[in-house]
Amino acid sequence: MKKLILTTALLALTAGTSFADTIRMGTEGAYPPYNFINDNGEVDGFERDLGDELCARAALTCEWVTTDWDSIIPNLQSGNYDLIIAGMSITAERKEVLAFTQNYIPPTASAYIGLSADIDVSTAVVSAQTGTIQAAHVAQSGATLLEFATPDESVAAVRNGESDAVFADKDFLVPIQAESNGQFSFIGGDVPLGDGIGIGLRKSDTELKATLDEAIDSMKADGSLNDLIKKWFGEDAITY
Amino acid sequence: MFSSCADPSTLQGLNWLMCYLTTGKHLDFYWSFVTVLTLLAVTAPVALAFGFGGAMLARSHHLVLRIIGKGYTAMVRGVPDIVFFLFFVIALDQGIEWVMHQARCPDWTDPIRNGLEFRVCPQAKVPPNSAAQVWHSVYGFALAVVTFALVFGAFAANVIYGAMQAVPRAQLETAEAYGMSQGQVFRRVLVPQMWIYALPGLSNLWLILIKATPLLFLLGVQDIVYWARELGGAKTSAFSYPHPDWRLYYFLGLLVFYLLMTRISEVFLTRLQNRLSHGQATAAGEAQRKAAA
Repeated sequence: MKKLILTTALLALTAGTSFADTIRMGTEGAYPPYNFINDNGEVDGFERDLGDELCARAALTCEWVTTDWDSIIPNLQSGNYDLIIAGMSITAERKEVLAFTQNYIPPTASAYIGLSADIDVSTAVVSAQTGTIQAAHVAQSGATLLEFATPDESVAAVRNGESDAVFADKDFLVPIQAESNGQFSFIGGDVPLGDGIGIGLRKSDTELKATLDEAIDSMKADGSLNDLIKKWFGEDAITY
Repeated sequence: MFSSCADPSTLQGLNWLMCYLTTGKHLDFYWSFVTVLTLLAVTAPVALAFGFGGAMLARSHHLVLRIIGKGYTAMVRGVPDIVFFLFFVIALDQGIEWVMHQARCPDWTDPIRNGLEFRVCPQAKVPPNSAAQVWHSVYGFALAVVTFALVFGAFAANVIYGAMQAVPRAQLETAEAYGMSQGQVFRRVLVPQMWIYALPGLSNLWLILIKATPLLFLLGVQDIVYWARELGGAKTSAFSYPHPDWRLYYFLGLLVFYLLMTRISEVFLTRLQNRLSHGQATAAGEAQRKAAA
């Protein structure tokens, strides 16, 4: 109730000011350290820091929105938010329906983890999140693909024996493997996929794309993007 | 929430648990119970109204009205729920924005439909982009209520239609013999007597509605099942309260909640049944009369 009164008051205040449109930023909120809902119930993670900084540099008013990964592209297209900043890799397939800014994370590796290091991932049952480049890769690799709606469930499937290994962005798997008390190990080497991670936009939003590209340029130029990557993905992360 | 929770990494045992269960995220979880209960409280009467309206249309002597009433129940009952919840909500949302667009931005020249994209002018957005997130949630919730009411209303319409047909003809004929008009017969005799026939069907619908609330997440409303899954998932040290996969405990909690809701409903519905049977020309009404005599 307090929240409601507060927002009503805020709304009344903002209604009088000029029509400055808010940019609604869609994210999944289930893919740490890229984006997750922290214990206060707010969006947190690398992309939260990045998104807030980009908005500040581009002088935009921004608001965070969380949504299901499954419907993240359709919801953008029907206008429920204005951009996707959710660890989404730039691929040729997605470029057919979306416009992407330049990448804000350089092409990074994906990796397999499983209960033992000597699983043959070309024949095993491999879980991945549905609608990701990793799922597409597993489907082509000859392994049996088991798809899950959230990244967390794809990892849980390995724990309870539904699948032999999980395939995901390495940066997502590193903390999970490190904190599993030796339960999980990496299988094989890194697999490079995609053209890096960028912000997804409606194709008609060319102006917003130019603004964001410019903001990302400025963060790349002064090294602040590299600092952010190191803060969230460790000192050894690939930077620009 | 409490000052002692400022640094979760130093907490142990019960203190840890207490702080864990009062994080902002958990408070959102508790609020989502209120959301679900509110949805039930709002949807049930609206769906009942839709059902009553649908049944009256289906019984109408006017051919067009009758076709509308029967068409409504037949169409909605024939479409799988999940298709309805995915398709109808998007269509409704885009329909509202399209109308707003025509009214507010007549000079807009860009196409609204552009391949898969749906794009109206910023002034036509409902709610506007600059509105606080709360209004977006309220709007999503309202869409959910309308959709639930429409779907469950169609089923309720069929139940009520059947119940109206089940009222003994002799009762209506007696009312007519007393010189009541058709409207009076309907209001004074038919409607008060039909509830007892409608109740078993309506109580089924109510229990199905309780269990259908996880469909809320399809509509963008964060419900109890969404939060249970989100909170229960394994958490690495990126979070203040790391823990292994606890989904089982959260879902057990939900199980208790749903069982409790079912039990409370059953008790209430039994009482209602007894009350409605009172003085009716049914076996249950007759049994009550004999017991009292």
